[in-house]
Amino acid sequence: MNKTISSVFKGLSITWGHLFSSHKKRELLPASDNNYFKQLEGTNTIQYPHQQLPIPEVGRYQLDVEMDDCIVCDLCAKVCPVNCIDIEAIKATEAIGQTSDGTTKRLYAAKFDIDMAKCMYCGLCTIVCPTECIVMTNQYDKSVVDINDLTYQFSDMTPEMAAQKRREFDQQQAERQAAKLAAMQKKEGNE
Amino acid sequence: MNFYLTYFFIAIGLFGFSALFALFGVYAERKVSAFIQDRLGPTETGKFGSLQTFADILKMLQKELIIPAAADKLLFILAPAIIFIAVYLGFAALPWAPGLVPSKLNLGLYYIFAIISIETLGILMAGWGSNNKYSILGAMRSAAQIISYEIPAGFALIAVVMIAQTLNLQDIALQQGILSPEKIKFAGFWDVSSIGGIFSWNILRAPHLLIAFVIYFIASLAESNRAPFDIPEAESELVAGFHTEYTGLRFALVFLAEYSMMFLVSMVGVILFLGAWNTPLPNIGAAHLANWTTGAAWGILWIMVKTLALVGIQMWIRWTLPRFRVDQLMNLCWKVLTPLAFACMLISGVWRLWLM
Repeated sequence: MNKTISSVFKGLSITWGHLFSSHKKRELLPASDNNYFKQLEGTNTIQYPHQQLPIPEVGRYQLDVEMDDCIVCDLCAKVCPVNCIDIEAIKATEAIGQTSDGTTKRLYAAKFDIDMAKCMYCGLCTIVCPTECIVMTNQYDKSVVDINDLTYQFSDMTPEMAAQKRREFDQQQAERQAAKLAAMQKKEGNE
Repeated sequence: MNFYLTYFFIAIGLFGFSALFALFGVYAERKVSAFIQDRLGPTETGKFGSLQTFADILKMLQKELIIPAAADKLLFILAPAIIFIAVYLGFAALPWAPGLVPSKLNLGLYYIFAIISIETLGILMAGWGSNNKYSILGAMRSAAQIISYEIPAGFALIAVVMIAQTLNLQDIALQQGILSPEKIKFAGFWDVSSIGGIFSWNILRAPHLLIAFVIYFIASLAESNRAPFDIPEAESELVAGFHTEYTGLRFALVFLAEYSMMFLVSMVGVILFLGAWNTPLPNIGAAHLANWTTGAAWGILWIMVKTLALVGIQMWIRWTLPRFRVDQLMNLCWKVLTPLAFACMLISGVWRLWLM
């Protein structure tokens, strides 16, 4: 009986204390701060769209691709455990240019889609990338109204451009084939 | 003709008051619970979220009224109305200030107790009519709980009535201040008829009534189905208890009844134990504080302040204590509160005979 009454009053005094310490707001500290877990007084809410917790610059939240550095090697798509990267490559007729680290680009990316709804944030793609063009950024808010908006399209080629490049490549192949054929006939004629 | 106009005016006024109080009560409850749990509560709608409950009621009004296919339609539709009307009618006999009472009933207290026990009937109808196992369990628990707790509450009230010798709430209120027609003694020996203030309140006039007040307060929590006695709507076990199947306006009525009930039981407690609309300030020598702070407007102010303080304590208790188990609930009622209340009633009889 005594224990009941004293525990009731103990509980009531704790809630009373919290009721009146609510004027103190939480400080927005990064999780690495020493005082992050020591804020026991006051309200704990972060009013998200208005306030944001500071996050590290090297956060690993969303994938981003620097297309200028991409050599379309398809390694990221192959290593992805959930197959969320979809790349369609077109061979170029000649070297297109160089990436910032000096690798020669020989492929166009007609399609470079990453489905962030499937992505499991393992980061394997960023490890295998030979030119380090695919990276994880510190952007974590990616709410969209339409689920298709979660498929990020990084390719900067229009379908017409892609079709033209494809045609050029086919033409080059055809020319080479013709040249090969001509060379073979010439060889046969000589014998 | 004017006669009837007054009736309608008072009825609409009381309804408006209980609706406004429910809106305020829900907002206050959400803020208090949030602060107690180190949250912020509603913040977005209006300044400090103050328009949140208005937005909620607008949402409720627009919702579809769903009647489950297997429900007993008549009982299901009638139940929220009966639950609310039972509580709402209770307001008719409550005095607000000297000379200001909606209905001067000489059986006021008896009437209130009779009319709010009809709420149980509404709750049973809601539970049975929903044809849902959670609802019927909630309704059964509610009926068992309310009927059990009416006994200690009743004894505690009788303890006051024996001191006051009247069931008229306005007369009980009059006796606890400077307007009293009879002699008032603080704790049975000091005549405070002309001093008034807090010394003439019932809990100090006969100090055992303080225990009776605590018993009544605990029992009133159970009667209004508030935590820690909210087993009829125990969310973790019964979804929402007897109002699981209700939507839209019908659900709003049940909610309105719950908050009106909170106010009603607190106000009855204030009238019987805490000096009703009388001022807490006594006359001290030349400073006639009690005389200066007695009147119609002052009366409404005092009774509102006291009642809202009790409602606040109800909320504070709700967000502190965990829910009782059914057997603990019955233990507390029958083995602790009922004998204590009975003892208070006996002391009241002796007090009346020897000390008044």
